[in-house]
Amino acid sequence: MIVLNGEHCDVRAGETVAAVLARLDLALDARGVAVAVDGEVVPRAQWQSFALAEHARVEVLTAMQGG
Amino acid sequence: MMDDGLTIAGRTFGSRLLLGTGGFPSLTVLAEAIAASGSELVTVALRRIDPQSRGSLIDVLADAGVELLPNTAGCHTARDAVLTAQLAREAFQTDWVKLEVIGDEDTLLPDAPELLRAAEQLVDEGFVVLPYTTDDPVLARRLADVGCPAVMPLGSPIGSGMGIRNPYNIALIREAVEVPVVLDAGIGTASDAALAMELGCDAVMAASAISRAQDPVRMAGAMRAAVQAGRLARGAGRIPRRLYATASTPDAGLPDFGAA
Repeated sequence: MIVLNGEHCDVRAGETVAAVLARLDLALDARGVAVAVDGEVVPRAQWQSFALAEHARVEVLTAMQGG
Repeated sequence: MMDDGLTIAGRTFGSRLLLGTGGFPSLTVLAEAIAASGSELVTVALRRIDPQSRGSLIDVLADAGVELLPNTAGCHTARDAVLTAQLAREAFQTDWVKLEVIGDEDTLLPDAPELLRAAEQLVDEGFVVLPYTTDDPVLARRLADVGCPAVMPLGSPIGSGMGIRNPYNIALIREAVEVPVVLDAGIGTASDAALAMELGCDAVMAASAISRAQDPVRMAGAMRAAVQAGRLARGAGRIPRRLYATASTPDAGLPDFGAA
């Protein structure tokens, strides 16, 4: 179980950031997307290798109108 | 008069109007307003992705050919602002960031100590930091001193449309720092933008004033003209204010029509 964008999500520990993004229909080359796990940036180059711990807090962010 | 453009951190922009993308009724209107404004640098925010609405904001901005200036809107601590800037760099492949660290929910005024701390850290990490700051000349100088290549003082609170409440401070900021001064926040209509430029600002940032106008595209054109007019007037040098009239027509050669 992880917390994905503030909501509990049934993702097992050990799954990668890339796997979580795939659930959101996001490819590895998705434009304008950034990921933070537990308050740290996960660079795009690590999306396929970064394994999530149990209860990891994952934020998947993109561009919105603002400012 | 030739305008050599606005140069920030070695990049030169032909337009001295920065546009915020918030508040536009649709992406179509946003695209039209960008074109009408002539702006080359526009802000975007970073928020949680909504799987339902796969936004095409990035595509619209890419089609418009503008540079992105990610902001840290909504951040209340240096830590959150730094992390948001780092994420924006990942998402948009830009080192530029409009740094906002908010200290009060009602006024959205900047939190000065947190702002300075975040600016220092981001400059150290190689970011081009454009800080949204108060109209305090001392804080503006401190931000420039830590390496911000421009400062963005407010005219009045974000979205208030109250214009420039303390023009003297804006003029003092222009004197206090060597870097470009971008008047940010509080612009309500075109005359506010012109005043900012007349006070010596190097550029104006407008968001709500355009996006929430009854006709955003027309207001974008008005702001563009106002920024150019204010810049021209600043360069031209205005006449001093006087209490009494000074005749613009000479008395010499005035005829004598005799007693009535």
